Amino acid sequence: MTAHEQHYHDPANVTNPEHSEHHIVSPVQYSMVFGALLLGTLLTVLAADVDLGAMNPVIALGIASTKAVIVILFFMHVKYQSHLIKMTVACGFFTFLVLITLTLSDYVSRAWGLW
Amino acid sequence: MDNSIVTTEPLMPRETAVHEEHEHVFIPQHRHHFETEEQQREAGSFGMWLFLLTEIMFFGGLFFAYLLYRNWYYDAFVPASNFLSVTLGGTNTAILITSGFFMALAVWAAEVRKKQFLVIALILTTLFGLAFISIKYVEWHDEWVHRHVPGASFDISEFVSPKAHGITDQKPISPDMAEHCQIFFFLYFAMTGMHALHMIIGIGLLVWLILRAQRGDFSAGYVAPIENFGLYWHFVDIVWLFLFPLLYLINRHPLK
Repeated sequence: MTAHEQHYHDPANVTNPEHSEHHIVSPVQYSMVFGALLLGTLLTVLAADVDLGAMNPVIALGIASTKAVIVILFFMHVKYQSHLIKMTVACGFFTFLVLITLTLSDYVSRAWGLW
Repeated sequence: MDNSIVTTEPLMPRETAVHEEHEHVFIPQHRHHFETEEQQREAGSFGMWLFLLTEIMFFGGLFFAYLLYRNWYYDAFVPASNFLSVTLGGTNTAILITSGFFMALAVWAAEVRKKQFLVIALILTTLFGLAFISIKYVEWHDEWVHRHVPGASFDISEFVSPKAHGITDQKPISPDMAEHCQIFFFLYFAMTGMHALHMIIGIGLLVWLILRAQRGDFSAGYVAPIENFGLYWHFVDIVWLFLFPLLYLINRHPLK
Protein backbone atom coordinates (compact mmCIF):
# COMPACT_ATOMS: atom_id res chain seq x y z
CA MET A 1 0.00 0.00 0.00
CA THR A 2 1.46 3.34 -1.02
CA ALA A 3 1.54 6.31 1.30
CA HIS A 4 -1.35 8.20 -0.27
CA GLU A 5 -3.58 5.18 0.13
CA GLN A 6 -3.07 5.21 3.88
CA HIS A 7 -6.26 6.37 5.52
CA TYR A 8 -6.15 9.10 8.09
CA HIS A 9 -9.02 9.77 10.33
CA ASP A 10 -10.14 13.21 11.33
CA PRO A 11 -12.70 12.74 14.12
CA ALA A 12 -14.19 16.18 13.35
CA ASN A 13 -15.00 15.04 9.86
CA VAL A 14 -17.17 12.07 10.74
CA THR A 15 -20.71 13.05 9.88
CA ASN A 16 -22.45 9.90 10.87
CA PRO A 17 -23.61 10.90 14.34
CA GLU A 18 -26.42 8.37 14.32
CA HIS A 19 -24.08 5.53 13.35
CA SER A 20 -26.91 4.40 11.12
CA GLU A 21 -26.45 0.77 10.26
CA HIS A 22 -27.23 -0.41 6.76
CA HIS A 23 -30.68 -1.93 7.21
CA ILE A 24 -31.67 -4.68 4.79
CA VAL A 25 -35.39 -4.95 4.05
CA SER A 26 -36.37 -8.61 3.73
CA PRO A 27 -38.10 -10.18 0.70
CA VAL A 28 -41.06 -11.02 2.97
CA GLN A 29 -41.53 -7.32 3.71
CA TYR A 30 -41.18 -6.49 0.02
CA SER A 31 -43.85 -9.10 -0.80
CA MET A 32 -46.25 -7.53 1.70
CA VAL A 33 -45.65 -4.10 0.13
CA PHE A 34 -46.19 -5.63 -3.33
CA GLY A 35 -49.52 -7.12 -2.19
CA ALA A 36 -50.62 -3.84 -0.62
CA LEU A 37 -49.83 -1.93 -3.82
CA LEU A 38 -51.81 -4.37 -6.01
CA LEU A 39 -54.71 -4.18 -3.55
CA GLY A 40 -54.55 -0.37 -3.71
CA THR A 41 -54.71 -0.48 -7.52
CA LEU A 42 -57.79 -2.73 -7.40
CA LEU A 43 -59.41 -0.42 -4.84
CA THR A 44 -58.78 2.66 -7.02
CA VAL A 45 -60.49 1.05 -10.02
CA LEU A 46 -63.43 -0.20 -7.93
CA ALA A 47 -63.87 3.14 -6.11
CA ALA A 48 -63.88 5.01 -9.44
CA ASP A 49 -66.93 3.00 -10.58
CA VAL A 50 -69.02 4.21 -7.63
CA ASP A 51 -70.50 7.67 -8.11
CA LEU A 52 -69.40 9.61 -5.03
CA GLY A 53 -69.44 13.06 -6.63
CA ALA A 54 -66.73 15.33 -5.32
CA MET A 55 -65.36 12.54 -3.14
CA ASN A 56 -64.21 10.46 -6.15
CA PRO A 57 -61.01 12.45 -6.86
CA VAL A 58 -60.36 12.81 -3.11
CA ILE A 59 -60.50 9.03 -2.64
CA ALA A 60 -58.45 8.39 -5.80
CA LEU A 61 -55.72 10.80 -4.64
CA GLY A 62 -55.90 9.40 -1.11
CA ILE A 63 -55.25 5.86 -2.34
CA ALA A 64 -52.49 7.04 -4.73
CA SER A 65 -50.80 9.00 -1.92
CA THR A 66 -50.99 6.02 0.45
CA LYS A 67 -49.39 3.81 -2.21
CA ALA A 68 -46.71 6.44 -2.83
CA VAL A 69 -45.90 6.67 0.90
CA ILE A 70 -45.62 2.87 1.13
CA VAL A 71 -43.25 2.83 -1.86
CA ILE A 72 -41.14 5.66 -0.39
CA LEU A 73 -40.94 4.11 3.09
CA PHE A 74 -40.18 0.50 2.13
CA PHE A 75 -39.15 0.13 -1.54
CA MET A 76 -37.06 3.30 -1.26
CA HIS A 77 -35.92 2.45 2.31
CA VAL A 78 -36.66 5.93 3.69
CA LYS A 79 -38.06 4.38 6.91
CA TYR A 80 -34.58 3.02 7.65
CA GLN A 81 -32.51 6.01 6.55
CA SER A 82 -30.79 8.69 8.62
CA HIS A 83 -32.54 11.88 9.65
CA LEU A 84 -30.70 13.75 6.89
CA ILE A 85 -32.34 11.64 4.17
CA LYS A 86 -35.75 11.76 5.86
CA MET A 87 -35.53 15.55 6.12
CA THR A 88 -34.43 15.83 2.48
CA VAL A 89 -37.41 13.82 1.24
CA ALA A 90 -39.86 15.69 3.49
CA CYS A 91 -38.44 19.08 2.42
CA GLY A 92 -38.88 18.18 -1.25
CA PHE A 93 -42.55 17.30 -0.90
CA PHE A 94 -43.17 20.25 1.41
CA THR A 95 -41.61 22.69 -1.09
CA PHE A 96 -43.72 21.16 -3.86
CA LEU A 97 -46.89 21.67 -1.77
CA VAL A 98 -45.90 25.28 -1.06
CA LEU A 99 -45.46 25.94 -4.79
CA ILE A 100 -48.83 24.34 -5.60
CA THR A 101 -50.63 26.24 -2.82
CA LEU A 102 -49.16 29.63 -3.68
CA THR A 103 -49.78 29.25 -7.41
CA LEU A 104 -53.32 28.00 -6.81
CA SER A 105 -54.05 30.90 -4.49
CA ASP A 106 -53.21 33.21 -7.40
CA TYR A 107 -55.50 31.40 -9.84
CA VAL A 108 -58.32 31.14 -7.32
CA SER A 109 -58.23 34.78 -6.23
CA ARG A 110 -57.37 36.58 -9.48
CA ALA A 111 -60.98 37.26 -10.47
CA TRP A 112 -62.15 37.52 -6.88
CA GLY A 113 -65.40 39.50 -6.70
CA LEU A 114 -65.56 39.99 -10.48
CA TRP A 115 -67.99 37.16 -11.22
CA MET B 1 -15.85 -7.16 7.24
CA ASP B 2 -13.37 -9.80 6.22
CA ASN B 3 -11.21 -7.55 4.05
CA SER B 4 -10.48 -4.98 6.74
CA ILE B 5 -6.99 -3.69 7.35
CA VAL B 6 -5.83 -1.83 10.41
CA THR B 7 -3.14 0.69 9.55
CA THR B 8 -0.46 1.22 12.13
CA GLU B 9 2.16 3.57 10.66
CA PRO B 10 1.19 7.24 10.73
CA LEU B 11 3.07 8.87 7.86
CA MET B 12 1.72 12.38 8.27
CA PRO B 13 2.16 14.87 11.13
CA ARG B 14 -0.46 14.44 13.80
CA GLU B 15 -1.25 18.16 13.73
CA THR B 16 -2.86 17.82 10.33
CA ALA B 17 -4.41 14.39 10.59
CA VAL B 18 -5.19 12.06 13.41
CA HIS B 19 -4.48 8.51 12.60
CA GLU B 20 -7.33 6.08 12.47
CA GLU B 21 -7.98 4.90 15.98
CA HIS B 22 -10.55 2.21 15.35
CA GLU B 23 -10.68 -0.46 12.73
CA HIS B 24 -10.84 1.05 9.27
CA VAL B 25 -12.48 -0.90 6.52
CA PHE B 26 -10.90 -0.91 3.09
CA ILE B 27 -13.08 -1.94 0.23
CA PRO B 28 -12.27 -1.15 -3.39
CA GLN B 29 -15.28 1.14 -3.92
CA HIS B 30 -14.58 3.23 -0.81
CA ARG B 31 -13.41 6.63 -2.08
CA HIS B 32 -10.62 8.21 -0.10
CA HIS B 33 -12.49 11.47 0.52
CA PHE B 34 -15.10 9.72 2.66
CA GLU B 35 -14.26 8.96 6.26
CA THR B 36 -16.41 5.89 6.55
CA GLU B 37 -18.33 3.60 4.25
CA GLU B 38 -21.60 4.71 5.90
CA GLN B 39 -20.73 8.33 5.18
CA GLN B 40 -20.11 7.52 1.53
CA ARG B 41 -23.36 5.58 1.29
CA GLU B 42 -25.37 8.37 2.92
CA ALA B 43 -23.77 11.02 0.69
CA GLY B 44 -24.72 8.91 -2.34
CA SER B 45 -28.33 8.48 -1.20
CA PHE B 46 -28.52 12.19 -0.36
CA GLY B 47 -27.34 13.13 -3.85
CA MET B 48 -29.76 10.72 -5.49
CA TRP B 49 -32.66 12.14 -3.47
CA LEU B 50 -31.69 15.70 -4.43
CA PHE B 51 -31.91 14.63 -8.07
CA LEU B 52 -35.30 13.01 -7.44
CA LEU B 53 -36.53 16.25 -5.82
CA THR B 54 -35.77 18.10 -9.07
CA GLU B 55 -37.78 15.37 -10.79
CA ILE B 56 -40.69 16.00 -8.41
CA MET B 57 -40.59 19.67 -9.45
CA PHE B 58 -40.36 18.69 -13.13
CA PHE B 59 -43.39 16.38 -13.07
CA GLY B 60 -45.02 18.74 -10.55
CA GLY B 61 -45.30 21.42 -13.24
CA LEU B 62 -47.19 18.99 -15.47
CA PHE B 63 -49.45 17.91 -12.61
CA PHE B 64 -50.20 21.54 -11.82
CA ALA B 65 -51.12 22.31 -15.45
CA TYR B 66 -53.38 19.25 -15.30
CA LEU B 67 -55.02 20.46 -12.09
CA LEU B 68 -55.85 23.88 -13.56
CA TYR B 69 -57.14 22.72 -16.93
CA ARG B 70 -59.14 19.91 -15.37
CA ASN B 71 -60.98 22.50 -13.29
CA TRP B 72 -61.47 24.88 -16.21
CA TYR B 73 -62.57 22.31 -18.82
CA TYR B 74 -63.92 19.51 -16.65
CA ASP B 75 -66.75 18.78 -19.15
CA ALA B 76 -64.16 18.15 -21.88
CA PHE B 77 -61.82 16.17 -19.62
CA VAL B 78 -64.48 13.60 -18.67
CA PRO B 79 -65.32 12.19 -22.14
CA ALA B 80 -61.69 12.53 -23.26
CA SER B 81 -60.54 10.58 -20.20
CA ASN B 82 -63.23 7.95 -20.71
CA PHE B 83 -61.88 7.24 -24.15
CA LEU B 84 -58.81 5.71 -22.47
CA SER B 85 -58.96 2.01 -21.62
CA VAL B 86 -59.08 1.40 -17.86
CA THR B 87 -58.31 -2.28 -18.52
CA LEU B 88 -55.06 -1.45 -20.30
CA GLY B 89 -54.18 1.32 -17.84
CA GLY B 90 -54.95 -0.87 -14.82
CA THR B 91 -52.98 -3.79 -16.26
CA ASN B 92 -50.07 -1.46 -16.86
CA THR B 93 -50.25 -0.23 -13.26
CA ALA B 94 -50.02 -3.84 -12.02
CA ILE B 95 -47.14 -4.53 -14.45
CA LEU B 96 -45.24 -1.48 -13.23
CA ILE B 97 -45.76 -2.41 -9.56
CA THR B 98 -44.46 -5.91 -10.36
CA SER B 99 -41.42 -4.40 -12.07
CA GLY B 100 -40.82 -2.27 -8.96
CA PHE B 101 -41.17 -5.36 -6.74
CA PHE B 102 -38.42 -7.16 -8.69
CA MET B 103 -36.26 -4.04 -8.46
CA ALA B 104 -36.71 -4.09 -4.68
CA LEU B 105 -35.73 -7.78 -4.67
CA ALA B 106 -32.67 -6.90 -6.78
CA VAL B 107 -31.51 -4.44 -4.10
CA TRP B 108 -31.97 -7.18 -1.49
CA ALA B 109 -30.03 -9.68 -3.63
CA ALA B 110 -27.13 -7.23 -4.00
CA GLU B 111 -27.11 -6.56 -0.26
CA VAL B 112 -26.96 -10.26 0.63
CA ARG B 113 -24.53 -10.83 -2.27
CA LYS B 114 -26.56 -13.31 -4.30
CA LYS B 115 -25.21 -12.69 -7.79
CA GLN B 116 -27.48 -15.02 -9.79
CA PHE B 117 -30.60 -13.85 -7.96
CA LEU B 118 -29.57 -10.24 -8.59
CA VAL B 119 -29.14 -10.80 -12.33
CA ILE B 120 -32.49 -12.60 -12.61
CA ALA B 121 -34.31 -9.91 -10.59
CA LEU B 122 -32.82 -7.16 -12.79
CA ILE B 123 -33.81 -9.04 -15.97
CA LEU B 124 -37.39 -9.43 -14.67
CA THR B 125 -37.46 -5.71 -13.78
CA THR B 126 -36.44 -4.95 -17.37
CA LEU B 127 -38.95 -7.37 -18.93
CA PHE B 128 -41.87 -5.93 -16.96
CA GLY B 129 -40.66 -2.44 -17.88
CA LEU B 130 -40.67 -3.42 -21.55
CA ALA B 131 -44.17 -4.92 -21.17
CA PHE B 132 -45.35 -1.57 -19.78
CA ILE B 133 -43.89 0.33 -22.74
CA SER B 134 -45.45 -2.16 -25.18
CA ILE B 135 -48.94 -1.72 -23.73
CA LYS B 136 -48.40 2.03 -23.70
CA TYR B 137 -47.56 1.81 -27.41
CA VAL B 138 -50.83 -0.06 -28.09
CA GLU B 139 -52.75 2.70 -26.28
CA TRP B 140 -50.96 5.52 -28.10
CA HIS B 141 -51.56 3.77 -31.41
CA ASP B 142 -55.27 3.53 -30.58
CA GLU B 143 -55.41 7.26 -29.89
CA TRP B 144 -53.55 7.95 -33.14
CA VAL B 145 -56.03 5.82 -35.12
CA HIS B 146 -59.00 7.61 -33.54
CA ARG B 147 -57.38 10.99 -34.36
CA HIS B 148 -57.12 11.98 -30.72
CA VAL B 149 -53.64 13.42 -31.06
CA PRO B 150 -53.95 17.19 -30.53
CA GLY B 151 -53.27 19.30 -33.59
CA ALA B 152 -54.73 20.03 -37.02
CA SER B 153 -56.05 16.49 -37.53
CA PHE B 154 -57.75 16.27 -34.13
CA ASP B 155 -61.28 14.87 -34.55
CA ILE B 156 -63.96 16.18 -32.17
CA SER B 157 -66.87 14.19 -33.67
CA GLU B 158 -66.69 11.36 -31.07
CA PHE B 159 -67.14 13.92 -28.31
CA VAL B 160 -69.80 16.04 -30.07
CA SER B 161 -71.99 13.12 -31.17
CA PRO B 162 -70.93 10.01 -29.25
CA LYS B 163 -74.09 8.08 -30.21
CA ALA B 164 -73.16 8.29 -33.92
CA HIS B 165 -69.92 6.52 -33.00
CA GLY B 166 -71.66 3.82 -31.00
CA ILE B 167 -70.71 5.35 -27.64
CA THR B 168 -73.82 5.25 -25.48
CA ASP B 169 -72.51 6.05 -22.01
CA GLN B 170 -71.02 9.50 -22.71
CA LYS B 171 -72.74 12.89 -22.64
CA PRO B 172 -72.45 14.82 -25.94
CA ILE B 173 -70.63 18.14 -25.53
CA SER B 174 -70.62 21.32 -27.61
CA PRO B 175 -68.05 21.61 -30.47
CA ASP B 176 -66.44 24.50 -28.60
CA MET B 177 -65.98 22.42 -25.44
CA ALA B 178 -64.95 19.38 -27.51
CA GLU B 179 -62.00 21.36 -28.88
CA HIS B 180 -60.77 21.54 -25.29
CA CYS B 181 -60.48 17.75 -25.28
CA GLN B 182 -57.22 18.53 -27.10
CA ILE B 183 -55.88 20.00 -23.87
CA PHE B 184 -56.59 16.74 -22.08
CA PHE B 185 -54.85 14.75 -24.80
CA PHE B 186 -51.97 17.21 -24.91
CA LEU B 187 -51.44 16.73 -21.15
CA TYR B 188 -52.03 12.98 -21.52
CA PHE B 189 -49.30 12.64 -24.18
CA ALA B 190 -46.95 15.03 -22.38
CA MET B 191 -47.30 13.26 -19.02
CA THR B 192 -47.36 9.63 -20.18
CA GLY B 193 -44.70 10.52 -22.77
CA MET B 194 -42.31 12.02 -20.20
CA HIS B 195 -43.04 9.06 -17.94
CA ALA B 196 -42.31 6.62 -20.77
CA LEU B 197 -39.10 8.51 -21.62
CA HIS B 198 -37.99 8.04 -18.01
CA MET B 199 -38.76 4.34 -18.30
CA ILE B 200 -36.83 4.00 -21.57
CA ILE B 201 -33.81 5.70 -19.98
CA GLY B 202 -34.27 3.37 -17.00
CA ILE B 203 -34.38 0.28 -19.22
CA GLY B 204 -31.16 1.43 -20.88
CA LEU B 205 -29.52 1.77 -17.46
CA LEU B 206 -30.90 -1.64 -16.45
CA VAL B 207 -29.17 -3.34 -19.39
CA TRP B 208 -25.90 -1.75 -18.28
CA LEU B 209 -26.52 -2.81 -14.65
CA ILE B 210 -27.36 -6.39 -15.73
CA LEU B 211 -24.05 -6.65 -17.63
CA ARG B 212 -22.12 -5.32 -14.62
CA ALA B 213 -24.05 -7.53 -12.19
CA GLN B 214 -23.26 -10.56 -14.35
CA ARG B 215 -19.58 -9.55 -14.08
CA GLY B 216 -19.95 -9.66 -10.28
CA ASP B 217 -19.58 -5.92 -9.67
CA PHE B 218 -22.46 -5.72 -7.21
CA SER B 219 -22.19 -8.97 -5.29
CA ALA B 220 -19.13 -8.15 -3.18
CA GLY B 221 -20.49 -5.42 -0.93
CA TYR B 222 -20.78 -2.61 -3.51
CA VAL B 223 -24.52 -1.94 -3.64
CA ALA B 224 -24.75 1.81 -4.32
CA PRO B 225 -25.46 1.74 -8.10
CA ILE B 226 -28.20 -0.85 -7.65
CA GLU B 227 -29.65 0.99 -4.66
CA ASN B 228 -29.63 4.40 -6.35
CA PHE B 229 -31.04 3.07 -9.59
CA GLY B 230 -33.75 1.42 -7.46
CA LEU B 231 -34.63 4.86 -6.07
CA TYR B 232 -34.99 6.20 -9.63
CA TRP B 233 -37.10 3.23 -10.77
CA HIS B 234 -39.43 3.48 -7.76
CA PHE B 235 -39.77 7.23 -8.31
CA VAL B 236 -40.94 6.58 -11.90
CA ASP B 237 -43.41 4.05 -10.43
CA ILE B 238 -44.78 6.69 -8.05
CA VAL B 239 -45.37 9.13 -10.91
CA TRP B 240 -47.48 6.48 -12.64
CA LEU B 241 -49.40 5.71 -9.42
CA PHE B 242 -50.71 9.29 -9.68
CA LEU B 243 -51.03 9.40 -13.48
CA PHE B 244 -53.30 6.36 -13.60
CA PRO B 245 -56.22 7.67 -11.47
CA LEU B 246 -55.79 11.27 -12.70
CA LEU B 247 -55.85 10.42 -16.42
CA TYR B 248 -57.99 7.27 -16.59
CA LEU B 249 -60.48 7.62 -13.73
CA ILE B 250 -61.68 11.24 -13.80
CA ASN B 251 -65.40 10.38 -13.92
CA ARG B 252 -66.37 6.87 -14.92
CA HIS B 253 -70.14 7.39 -14.69
CA PRO B 254 -71.31 10.55 -16.51
CA LEU B 255 -74.64 8.98 -17.56
CA LYS B 256 -75.10 6.29 -14.91
